Amino acid sequence: MAVGVGLQQSGGRLTGLVRRRGRGRAESRRPAERGDRSKSFLVTLIAVLFLAAFLSPLLRAATFAVKSTDQISQPGSPVYPADPATFEYEGKLLDVYNVPIDGATRELALLQPGRAESQFVDPGNPAGPPITWQGSWRTLTPAWTFAPHWDNFAEVWDLIDYPRLLFNTFAIAVIGTIGTILSCTVVAYGFARFRFPGRNVLFTLLIATIFLPYAVTIIPTYTLFVELGWVGTWLPLLVPAFFANAYDVFLMRQYFMTIPTEMDEAAAIDGAGPFRTLISVILPQAWPVVIAVAIFHLVYSWNDFFGPLIYLSAKPDLQPLAVGLSRFNGIHYRNPELIQAGTLMTMIIPVVAFLLTSRFFTRGIVITGVEK
Amino acid sequence: MAVLTQPRSRRLVRPRGLAWRRALWGYVFISPWIIGFLLFTLGPMIATLGFTFTNINLEQAEPLRFVGLRNYEKLINDPTAIHSLTVTFRYALIALPVAVALPFAVALLLHSRHLRGSGAFRVLFFMPYVVPFVAGVLIWQGMLGSEGNGWVNNFLQLIGIEHPPDWLESTTWIYPGLVIMGVWGIGAGVIIYLAGLKGIPSELYDAARIDGAGAWASLRNVTIPLMSPVVFYTLVLAVVEVLQYFLVPLVLKNGTGQPGGSTLFYNLYLYKNFFAFQDMSYGATLAWVLFAITLLLTLLLFWGARRWVYYAGEAR
Repeated sequence: MAVGVGLQQSGGRLTGLVRRRGRGRAESRRPAERGDRSKSFLVTLIAVLFLAAFLSPLLRAATFAVKSTDQISQPGSPVYPADPATFEYEGKLLDVYNVPIDGATRELALLQPGRAESQFVDPGNPAGPPITWQGSWRTLTPAWTFAPHWDNFAEVWDLIDYPRLLFNTFAIAVIGTIGTILSCTVVAYGFARFRFPGRNVLFTLLIATIFLPYAVTIIPTYTLFVELGWVGTWLPLLVPAFFANAYDVFLMRQYFMTIPTEMDEAAAIDGAGPFRTLISVILPQAWPVVIAVAIFHLVYSWNDFFGPLIYLSAKPDLQPLAVGLSRFNGIHYRNPELIQAGTLMTMIIPVVAFLLTSRFFTRGIVITGVEK
Repeated sequence: MAVLTQPRSRRLVRPRGLAWRRALWGYVFISPWIIGFLLFTLGPMIATLGFTFTNINLEQAEPLRFVGLRNYEKLINDPTAIHSLTVTFRYALIALPVAVALPFAVALLLHSRHLRGSGAFRVLFFMPYVVPFVAGVLIWQGMLGSEGNGWVNNFLQLIGIEHPPDWLESTTWIYPGLVIMGVWGIGAGVIIYLAGLKGIPSELYDAARIDGAGAWASLRNVTIPLMSPVVFYTLVLAVVEVLQYFLVPLVLKNGTGQPGGSTLFYNLYLYKNFFAFQDMSYGATLAWVLFAITLLLTLLLFWGARRWVYYAGEAR
């Protein structure tokens, strides 16, 4: 915050000086504000343009998700979801084309196609005489009407077995989140509130695991799960969550350390044991970090692809959305509209969850990223 | 007298016992992580190292035996392994500068006092970070498409580039293409940089201004040196991540390494050896070599950091 103020002041004064010299007194009454306003406009414009480019894939996905396969395969079709326009004339369905007549382009329904000349009906005046146009009708471009195909979502819903995938994703995420919160809370409490030999070494070791390549542990771990008969079940995805992880322990420890110890001591004098203190003194004050960890794990779990891929590849019924979507893409890659509808259906829940809780989320990232 | 001394001597002994009991409680509370660390990290790490000196595999057709350094020898003479390593490094060369600089640039923009509605911008720049990466890959795949439906190339043609690159089918352009796909992940970096920017004391900017520094000079001489620890942290994490990169090409190209082997990343080759060819010992060897490279590069970064990373605390 403070830095921003400093920059703003310097910028404002500099532009103020320039203006005062260049434009005389009448306009120099509040030069700093004037300079700020044009700068604000420029900076905000840059940010808007950059953000538009950054989020444009989302817009593309949203429009493609409600297009028809026909429209996508037609070059020159509109960016918005649309169907070729038609007009019903005397019981027949006619295609509507953009016809250039007398320097203006009119949308007319093709009644009698021909190479040299064609006859059209004006949909705005069907009772009027047919309009004759000179030229091959094949050179005309079809007219389009706005038509979002919402049924694409329904189609994906059935094809991908969305309810089942959603249930799997939810179940894996929720059980994993419970395990993560339980284990990370106690481990973080241990690191934050107790002195024991080797604490610093162990904590450093914990943080170091963040930098450990996954590959260096996966082969024996996978083999172990094969031996245990856990491959093809959710257990390899759920059980490790109950043994804490570096990011969330670190986040919770940092938070716990900001809670004054006086209350712990008061609780201890009242006869509360360490576990009781955690439940009734620490946790009631730590709910923001608990929520942050819960959202982190939810998003992590929703995003996780490799774990479910290797452990559930033979069990489509147990797979979560991420793996289901990838499988769906392998089958329906010729229907981009279905793929895009599927991507939106996969991301909607974590995105909404994030938008509702963005404060907790960003604070958590700041703690794990900066204070370490 | 005796009545008085007795409790006092007990009091002298008790704190030690209490401290010891507190320490025990500490171990009890961190035990879930200790057990998990031994079971899922340290144990498997040592086992992986052990595997590299054997001929172990999932089927184990020939009897298990010690083979010395033969797996490492195989790796050095395996052109595919060397190729996959160059693929990873080629990608890293483009991806690393972007991963470090782009979030910094966005953070500077979002930090500007001139920006209106910065809260909304923050949320929206972060949002794609929570999009599951499979969905992100499929969205960007369409975006970078070359058959008239890819918006990136439509835009490039609009501004006069007649033959825009075929991003995902060219052995050269695939790397910038993958980097563009990764841009959606900058959210966390932006937030970390932003927090760092907020932490810079405003007196330093005031002092720079008094010395006659303009916006560019104070960026160069105040912001960047003070942000160097954050840049360093981002760089280390990015190096670790980029060396493990393979999931995006796995989804994008179904693990085929297309086009022309340009997406056969080191980690993809590693997982293929294990999951497709069931070769545990060679997969483990590739994994340990990756670990060694990661460790070496990280240590190099830490060693080099003394030259350019500025820690305010150390100056005293």
